[in-house]
Amino acid sequence: MPYLELKSVSKGYGSDGARTEVLRDVNLAIEQGEFVAIVGYSGAGKTTLMSILAGLIRPDTGSVTLEGREMSGPGPDRGLVFQNYSLLPWLTVAENIRLAVDQVFPKKSEAERAAHATEFIEMVNLTPARDKLPRELSGGMRQRVSVARTMSMNPKVLLCDEPLSALDALTRANLQDEITRIRTLHRQTVVLVTNDPDEAILLADRVIPLTAGPNATLGRSFIVDLPHPRDRKALNHNLRFRELRREISEFLLQSRQDRHATLTRKLTLPDIEPEDLAIPRSRLGRTRPLRAHELKEATVEVTS
Amino acid sequence: MKPFKLDWLILPLLGIAVVLLAWQLSSKTWAKELPSPSKTWDASKDYVLKPFEKRGEMDQGILRFTWYSLVLVAKGYAIALIVGTPIGFFLGLSKAFTKTFDPIIQVLRPVSPLAWLPLGLVLFLGAGKQASELGALFTIAICAMWPTVLNTAVGVRAVPQDYLNVAKVLQLSRWKTLTKVLIPATLPYMFTGFRLSLGIAWLVIVAAEMLTGRPGVGGFLWQEYNALLYEHIILCIITIGVVGFVLDRLMSLVESRFKTA
Repeated sequence: MPYLELKSVSKGYGSDGARTEVLRDVNLAIEQGEFVAIVGYSGAGKTTLMSILAGLIRPDTGSVTLEGREMSGPGPDRGLVFQNYSLLPWLTVAENIRLAVDQVFPKKSEAERAAHATEFIEMVNLTPARDKLPRELSGGMRQRVSVARTMSMNPKVLLCDEPLSALDALTRANLQDEITRIRTLHRQTVVLVTNDPDEAILLADRVIPLTAGPNATLGRSFIVDLPHPRDRKALNHNLRFRELRREISEFLLQSRQDRHATLTRKLTLPDIEPEDLAIPRSRLGRTRPLRAHELKEATVEVTS
Repeated sequence: MKPFKLDWLILPLLGIAVVLLAWQLSSKTWAKELPSPSKTWDASKDYVLKPFEKRGEMDQGILRFTWYSLVLVAKGYAIALIVGTPIGFFLGLSKAFTKTFDPIIQVLRPVSPLAWLPLGLVLFLGAGKQASELGALFTIAICAMWPTVLNTAVGVRAVPQDYLNVAKVLQLSRWKTLTKVLIPATLPYMFTGFRLSLGIAWLVIVAAEMLTGRPGVGGFLWQEYNALLYEHIILCIITIGVVGFVLDRLMSLVESRFKTA
């Protein structure tokens, strides 16, 4: 039995007429200790998928199970690292982490909780910044606080929702190494959502592409059979890495080509004829008459 | 104009001089009843130089009067905050509550203090001697409440969904979500409301004192008008303005302390 499982999950937004199905029939099974990366286009529904895993939104159909128990809401057993860090700006680094620690381990003594928080601040090398406010930290440091806060809850699964997408390339490389290190240290089960196939292959044991939306669904798994630790520089010349990258990119591109949507809307063409002066003026001035032939239907092909 | 040394001092003094000159000219030409600046000073000297002296119920130093007014404002303002902040939270949190009470609030909000005061006096008729104070408090509270109510509501609605998601993932209880997330996130908005409310409370006190004849800056002003001592009217106006300005500055200082990133 898989550790974390999604079964035929679908989710749409909007009411009957203007309804868009974001996710359709998503199935996912993750083993304990596995690192799975989900790669997809921006706007394909990656964040929606992550929010369903975290329990922040309920799927329209299907179920989420963790260790065989069905999940109906959010909880600290599925720790979520947010895309935009989501640190509380009025609390210091230590206080942000203590908020989580105090909430998840109410039975531990004050001293134990303080030690626990300190351990995780050390884990992300932020001991010198422990009494700083988030606004005094760089983006990379903030995301490390966020990772530390989530890990301090001892989650069964670590969910990372594009955690590195707002960072510059060098900081991102640093944090990728950090995530790998933390993951190895704690034998942590991780689900990472990203839009960067390279990042996915570098970090994960298994990469699953999310097809282009609407009606996005998960594609087949690509097992990353590259040995750990993976060296970013050497990887660029690794044939297996390049093959995987090509296969995943092709899958994503193909999924996009399969989706062509058409959109019909009314267009009003610009007015190039002189105004008809015979039309009487109203008290408020003349409103420009709309000529019948200005109304056109236009059909645009949209690739999403 | 280029900034120069001490311009922060010289330019405001220049402004005061211009107004004093206009005042002097007016009292000499078209407004014969308006006391000139020097006459005002002569008549007000006693009140300003011995600001805490009490010669009679309606004949006291100007700071003593100001103190009476401030005490009354503080009480009314406190009621306004205690009542207004929770209402603001309810408005921000519950759509149904907003739909139910927002129209009423929008109708009551523009009602002038002068219109509320008689109602306040009627409400507390049974209180006997206390009636005028309770009526004044009622008026201050109900007029000063609205900026706090509305700003708090806006602040609660503006709390980023991310913070609420953090609360959800941590499974914070309702109470903890309120104290650890909602209130800190709303504080900057709340303090903007508090500052505006204080300004209104100070506006209302003058009207309330004038109508009830209580000792205080406004009561003094009205009494001296009836006694044809026009110099003291100007003294009161200046005092009211300066106190209002100082209160606003103080609240701005407090407000800026609560600005978060």
